[in-house]
Amino acid sequence: MFISMNWISDFVDLSGIDKLELISKFSLSTAEVENEIFFKGSDVSGIVVAQIKSVEEHPESKKLHLLKVDIGEDELVDVVCGAPNVRVGMKTAFAKLGAKIGEITIAPRKLAGYTSNGMCCSEKEIGISDANDGIMDITEDVALGTDIKSIYDIDDIVFEVDNKSLTNRPDLWGHYGIAREIAALAGRELKPLPTADLSVYNALPKVDLKIEDPLCQRYSCLQFGNISVHKSPVNMRIRLYYCGMRALNFLADLTNYLMLEMGQPMHAFDSRKVEKIRIKRFDKPFTFKTLDGAERKIDENTLMICNGDTPVAIAGIMGGLDSEIVEDTSTLTLESATFDAASIRKSTVRLAHRTDASQRYEKSLDPEMTVTAIARFVDLLTSIDPGAVVVSALTDEYAAKYPEVTLSFTKDFVNRYTGIEISNETIVNTLLSLGFGVKLCEEEFTVKVPSWRATKDVTIKADIIEEITRIYGYDNFDINTVETPLSPVRAAQVKTDEDRIKDTLVKRYSMHELHSYIWAYYDEYKELGIEIEKNVELVNATNPNIKTIRRSIVPTQLCQVKYNTAYDADFAVFEIGKVIEGLKEDGLCNERKKLAITLYSKTKDMEKLYFELRDVLAVLADDIKHEALSFEKAQATHSYQHPKNLNNIFCAGRLIGEIGIVNASVSKKIDKKANIVFAEIDVEEFAKIENASIKYAEPSKFPEIEIDLSFVSEKYAPIAQAIKNANCSLIKSVSVVDTYADENGKSITVRLLFSHPEKTLTKDEVATVVNGIVAELDTNGIKMKAE
Amino acid sequence: MADKTTEVRLAFLAALENVANADELEKLRVEYIGKKGYVTDLLKEMKSLSNEEKKTFGQAVNVLKNEVNEKIAEKREDLKKKEIELENSRMPEFDISMPANLERGSYHPITLVQRQCEEIFKSMGFTVEDYSEVVTDYECFEALNIPKDHPARDMQDTYYLDNGQLLKTHTSAAQNAIYKKYRDQLVNEGKPIKAIFPGRCFRNEATDACHENTFFQMEGVMVGKNISISNLIFFMKTMLSEVFRKDIKVRLRPGFFPFVEPGFELDISCLICGGEGCPSCKHSGWLELCPCGMIHPEVLKAGGIDPEEYTGFAFGLGLTRLAMMKYGVKDIRDLNSGSLKTLSQFTDDK
Repeated sequence: MFISMNWISDFVDLSGIDKLELISKFSLSTAEVENEIFFKGSDVSGIVVAQIKSVEEHPESKKLHLLKVDIGEDELVDVVCGAPNVRVGMKTAFAKLGAKIGEITIAPRKLAGYTSNGMCCSEKEIGISDANDGIMDITEDVALGTDIKSIYDIDDIVFEVDNKSLTNRPDLWGHYGIAREIAALAGRELKPLPTADLSVYNALPKVDLKIEDPLCQRYSCLQFGNISVHKSPVNMRIRLYYCGMRALNFLADLTNYLMLEMGQPMHAFDSRKVEKIRIKRFDKPFTFKTLDGAERKIDENTLMICNGDTPVAIAGIMGGLDSEIVEDTSTLTLESATFDAASIRKSTVRLAHRTDASQRYEKSLDPEMTVTAIARFVDLLTSIDPGAVVVSALTDEYAAKYPEVTLSFTKDFVNRYTGIEISNETIVNTLLSLGFGVKLCEEEFTVKVPSWRATKDVTIKADIIEEITRIYGYDNFDINTVETPLSPVRAAQVKTDEDRIKDTLVKRYSMHELHSYIWAYYDEYKELGIEIEKNVELVNATNPNIKTIRRSIVPTQLCQVKYNTAYDADFAVFEIGKVIEGLKEDGLCNERKKLAITLYSKTKDMEKLYFELRDVLAVLADDIKHEALSFEKAQATHSYQHPKNLNNIFCAGRLIGEIGIVNASVSKKIDKKANIVFAEIDVEEFAKIENASIKYAEPSKFPEIEIDLSFVSEKYAPIAQAIKNANCSLIKSVSVVDTYADENGKSITVRLLFSHPEKTLTKDEVATVVNGIVAELDTNGIKMKAE
Repeated sequence: MADKTTEVRLAFLAALENVANADELEKLRVEYIGKKGYVTDLLKEMKSLSNEEKKTFGQAVNVLKNEVNEKIAEKREDLKKKEIELENSRMPEFDISMPANLERGSYHPITLVQRQCEEIFKSMGFTVEDYSEVVTDYECFEALNIPKDHPARDMQDTYYLDNGQLLKTHTSAAQNAIYKKYRDQLVNEGKPIKAIFPGRCFRNEATDACHENTFFQMEGVMVGKNISISNLIFFMKTMLSEVFRKDIKVRLRPGFFPFVEPGFELDISCLICGGEGCPSCKHSGWLELCPCGMIHPEVLKAGGIDPEEYTGFAFGLGLTRLAMMKYGVKDIRDLNSGSLKTLSQFTDDK
């Protein structure tokens, strides 16, 4: 919203005050002001009132005229002018030689052979309206040669307040409310609004009015006639224009002017069309033509202003075309009302039509304002058009009064909340300047909230703190640290695990951390042939490609892998992120935090890559939990999984995730020559495993005995199990030193390292253990390899 | 006989000269002082000599034998030395100017700024909380003083799920749970609540270089007795000076958020010009950074905390925005793109 400092000055004496500083104070204490401040009229000078004394056709041009104009000096000035509305005797705005308009300095200039010693200006050229259909027609009775800046308020400082910062302040949607803030910030008086006394019309007949719906809080109206002015005064038009509104006709301009001044939207009907004003909703939807000519669908929730049963306006949003003021309108009915804010807001959304009026109504306007606005309207109307007459009594139905709010608080409350000392006097004066009623009695303040702040904005004590502190100025606050008791802070296990996982993957394995979205990537999945699995869905995403929430990070990560195939022949990526695994019993989403890792390689064979990933996972478990992993073959259930080599991963007895190879149907679409393996770990499940401490054992001082045993076996697991079953504390380490495959099958050579803490082991002691292991394997059909 | 000794000696010295390696040297040694060596043979000839001569000759042979031994030992050392020298000389000079292999992984830039912020807060005694991405309407709105018809819900373009839950639109959605989690410690042990909760948030809006539907925030709260606006300003200034590693000026402006009262928009002095005014701060000298405020009494109440007894402040830092500011990322979509060309540049940054 644009604010004119000239307009503000109608209500606050700003003499001797630095206006720019005041605007910046307003931004810090009230609402955000946009960076650019407009210095209206600053680029215009030397424009005077001139009268056209003669008009001749230009011999060479159909458009141009040769004028002689009187600018109040001894000689008439020759001017060439292209405006269509030139006429003898007309007074206009004239840019003399040396005058400045924007970047241009007026100098003698030849136009089709004739010299023009100056320029007659349109309002647009001077920058006071967008009217450019001819030169300005000055009707004021002023001496020729008078600088137009001395008759019109062309010089002004205009600033823009960010509308978003006014959402909670219904009182700031007009200049008078802004002036109240400015007055409080400048420490000056706020002048009362000039209004007419409406009681003088009490004897006149009332308008037939009835509120039939609780969504209308107050409806006030008055009827006028005999209006002869059609064009608004220049200064009124300048203000409207500076504040971003087009001037239309006097009556429309006046209602807009009132809205910009007081924040009260108003509407003028042709009185013939509103003989019986009824405010209500309809049972059935219908279409309605608004005054902008659009057909709009009205449903049963939209509040309408009606003439009896005929709708004439959408309450608080826009008038109807049929009830608009037309040329033969003799009396008009002025509406000044308040409606339920939420209802207007919802109607606006349904109609997808937001207007200057609805924008204000949405904020919960002060219902006390409706009659004052009419009184102000009458004051302005009769001062501009003295012939205008009021033809009805004020008709006012006040159905729902604003909530009266009184709040009490102590000085101690203010001290505690602010952390600084603000004097009682400052508190009282600040609140008074903002229109609050204040009583201070033995350190207890009792505050009455004014109607324009009570509709929703100020309802609790903390709101009063804001009023006091913002005017006090946050820049003036002493800043202080807090005193709090000491207590240790320990991070959640899942958080520390997450950090360690990331460090290991990045630092030790040179992996890259990526982020992907929480939903399935429709187009990308399709391209890779990955099925979108049934899961929780978004119901209102504006992007049609965003719908199903992912059950696993792996498929979204594969899409990212595809995107990166040109990056390098080999790379490894990971993400720790959220997935939803359907719903829990209570109907809420089963949200899990997962770690997904994908290894991509064009240089390594699948087995090598697979084991590389297996080792990464084993290192994570060993490093973070000091635990080993075990694996169990799993059935592929997702389209991206290869049917072979899919294994569930267990750690300390918990199922923590899976490791697998990407199905060829998907991996071939990513890259024909690349091998791709993946793993996904449930980080929350992993975090449940206790982070065991290191188990230290002093190394034995006695010699160790190393025994190599070769078995014919397809798998290592039974060998490991047999060694484990031996449950021998003398075995210090087990390692696989060789695997060998020939026509007799696969053989695995394990190396056992024996040692005793207190003595040198004998061969017999070791042989007993070894024989036990060999015997157990033998019963399971696993033989020693023949030498 | 002396001649014979001299003859053997000279022959030895001549042969020694020609020895090129350890094997030859050993051969020479055997040839002269082995059991059948020339020197040993000399002694055999002593039989025919007189006692007087034996003594003289014996001494001479011994001298020769010692000399041969010494020379061989000397030669052995010499050969070893030469061998080492030869081995050393075979080592080529490497081209150290070749580019270094910097194979390394990368952290997501959000991880980097999040960790930096977490470190700062941990050092000031804040707990770091983890929170879900899917929340209920209650957590995201009701508990934050945003009832059904509140216009603030229009400001939130929310992704709703078909089970009635929603993707959290702000990290403030975790506030209620945090208050409930620490309420007893606050009330019974007098421990103020000091917590941060970084997390991913979602807004149902079209994306462009400046707008993302998925982004990160970090919420912080502190609740205790007598926590004041003055404390809030102190805290924000201290914290942000740490984040940006320079002395930051902060200023507060009124800002409207239903879950704080008073609510503020916090500006910091421009990081580029320091407040003088430059194009990046639109010549104002200030950058709008984050909303903050005193926690609304209704929000405390919903968390089971008596607002008459306790007060607190809350703030929400845009981690995504912070990362973009810090690293000069111009297109917000790059962060979720998964592009390794972009993201592999973010190695460690502490």
